[in-house]
Amino acid sequence: MRARRRLVTAVGAMGATALLLAGCSQDPGEAPAQGGSTGGKAKTTLTVGVFGAFGLQEAGLYDEYMAQNPGVRIEQTSIERNENYYPQLLTHLGTGSGLADIQAVEVNNIAEVTATQADKLVDLAKAPGVDKGAYLPWKWAQGTAKNGATVALGTDIGPQGICYRKDLFAAAGLPTDRAAVGALWAGDWNKYLETGKAYKAKAGAGKAFVDSASGVMAAVTGSSAERFYDAQGKVAYKTNPAVRGAFDLAASFAVEGLSAKLQQFTPAWDQGFSNGNFATVSCPAWMLGYIQDKAGPAGKDKWDVAQAPKPSNWGGSFLVVPKAGKKAEEAAKLAAWLTAPAQQAKLFEKRGSFPSASAAYSLPAVSGAKHAYFGGAPIGEIFARAAEGVPVTVIGPKDLVIAQNLADIGMLQVDQKGRTPQEGWDAAVKAIDNALEQ
Amino acid sequence: MTDETAVLAPSAAGSERPAAEGGDRRQLWRSRRYRWDLRWSPYGFVAPFFLFFAAFGLFPLLYTGWAALHQVELTDPDAMTWVGLRNFTRLWDDAFFWNALRNTFTIGLLSTVPQLAIALGLAHLLNYKMRGSAFFRVAVLTPYATSVAAATLVFVLLFGRDYGMVNWVLSTVGFGPVDWQNGPFASQVAVSTIVVWRWTGYNALIYLAAMQAVSADLYESAELDGASRWQQFVHVTVPSLRPTIFFTCVVSTIGATQLFGEPLLFNGGAGATGGSDHQFQTLGLYLYEQGWVNLHLGRASAIAWAMFLILLLIAGLARLLRRVSR
Repeated sequence: MRARRRLVTAVGAMGATALLLAGCSQDPGEAPAQGGSTGGKAKTTLTVGVFGAFGLQEAGLYDEYMAQNPGVRIEQTSIERNENYYPQLLTHLGTGSGLADIQAVEVNNIAEVTATQADKLVDLAKAPGVDKGAYLPWKWAQGTAKNGATVALGTDIGPQGICYRKDLFAAAGLPTDRAAVGALWAGDWNKYLETGKAYKAKAGAGKAFVDSASGVMAAVTGSSAERFYDAQGKVAYKTNPAVRGAFDLAASFAVEGLSAKLQQFTPAWDQGFSNGNFATVSCPAWMLGYIQDKAGPAGKDKWDVAQAPKPSNWGGSFLVVPKAGKKAEEAAKLAAWLTAPAQQAKLFEKRGSFPSASAAYSLPAVSGAKHAYFGGAPIGEIFARAAEGVPVTVIGPKDLVIAQNLADIGMLQVDQKGRTPQEGWDAAVKAIDNALEQ
Repeated sequence: MTDETAVLAPSAAGSERPAAEGGDRRQLWRSRRYRWDLRWSPYGFVAPFFLFFAAFGLFPLLYTGWAALHQVELTDPDAMTWVGLRNFTRLWDDAFFWNALRNTFTIGLLSTVPQLAIALGLAHLLNYKMRGSAFFRVAVLTPYATSVAAATLVFVLLFGRDYGMVNWVLSTVGFGPVDWQNGPFASQVAVSTIVVWRWTGYNALIYLAAMQAVSADLYESAELDGASRWQQFVHVTVPSLRPTIFFTCVVSTIGATQLFGEPLLFNGGAGATGGSDHQFQTLGLYLYEQGWVNLHLGRASAIAWAMFLILLLIAGLARLLRRVSR
């Protein structure tokens, strides 16, 4: 569920798991005991296909559902990276075989799924227990196809804050209190840049203000309603001032020497966290756990999280139920349960994935949530405020490809190769044009 | 006795003829079956391979060729629009394709040449009589037994810009840090290193096997003529190994053309772009990016066929070269 542009948690297993479905093992001895003694009604096995450490299983939601519904057994298969998971999901949907009863879909792929695969998916709006009113309206709209069927139910979203290192801020003479830090750049991404310049002036060599320019770009583009597509559904990133503005702003972090010049979700980036060579990173709710993993115990009480300059969203996921499944009805029921506000709140409590169901925000598990690793930051409050300010984003079928090329080609050339922002932009446009051309 | 035979004779004689006839027929049948067996059984024995090859080799190949002539997307593989040779003709103007082809060529050269040279030298050393030769022979093969993913991830860390061991060693001898990820040449050297590391031992064992088949008489007479070890290597070993060297060249060329895993993972798991400037994107990686990131199956199929045709071209050239050199 830690939906992010790229999912890398256990890098070591990456290549090997690309094609391997790591089935979740059940407790040894459990099945024989039940099958042998009761001999009663056969169990229905539901399979859930996810990417990365999605969190449903880790948060104990499957176990809870199985306890409530003794006739159901849930098995999960996971593929580490969405880049490998998604094409496989498409081929399986195409052939109608090899599908799990429930499949996860990343937000950057959801527009393509609702536009091209809706006829192969169950309309979940009619599933028992689904309440449209409980969801953030924009999240609900993203999972709804043109024909009006809601084929995907939102799990989490990625409202953003700015994670920062208190010790490095203190050393540079900046405030460390999260309210005061948030106030440094409140309302304007340019103020974030100015803070960076102030930081650099005092921090000394070898310490960067941000991890990467592309991280800034993702955060800034996430705060505008229209990004890569216009409201008519046409590709418009080239002419959209919001995208070019985000690109140029992020590029100035590289040009001004404020960036650690890392590429996100690579081993070097992970090492950057543990070595503490950058002071801030734009962090969606799901990234808190990632930082905690990578920075390790040594980073405890050094990291904190403040409000981002503007409400912005990065990432999030959905669950879909393929029609080809033989147990589609049971699966729809499970998908509805897994994405209900109460379960989303539990997922947030255990895994830090922020609920897409606004009804969950008032639940104590969310509203009262504090993150011990981040100095006891009231993350429920911080991210809920961000989530409610996120604009209804226009997303298009090729959002992922556009975002990826802007970051990995355009911004990376500026950040790591020292090209000018214009050169980086041109290279990205060339790569995107080539990628979009059928 | 005679009486008995006389009594028995007619019946025996009577039965003899049909028996002989039956024996004839049986013998005929048997010999025919023998001939059939001789002629057709081998086909039966090789059939499973070719049936599987037809299903999993030939059919995908032809289907890929068919798809290459269409505009088809992974989101809906059944919807194919005939575009003729357009997918191929546009490769001509595709800067990314040419870049990938160039990278494949340079990385192939940077990895194949040192790899085979080192393997030949290594095999020569392993061919000496020495203690624990079995251990060294197995040890030399271990990199090959390592998975590409695991090996490459280690190399990614070694070649890291900020905390990599290679740069640390370089800095101790006074060289500035090299950005192995971003330098166009540096990144290709780094990728080639992984390939060389993995495949040298494999080729060394092939050479070693071939070396052991070289007659000892040749060495003996060379030694009698006063040839040094090096002269023996150059004038006896290498000429005797020519067919083997040719074989490893072919196999390595095929491998280099299809190079995929190393450059993919060398990007630190950040996708199939082969670096921010596509500086180490190989043909295999570009094919993957077109098909599985951009979801254009038709274009990806065209690249796959272009790669296939390039290999055929190389094979043709190699044949020509062999004929000329002979």
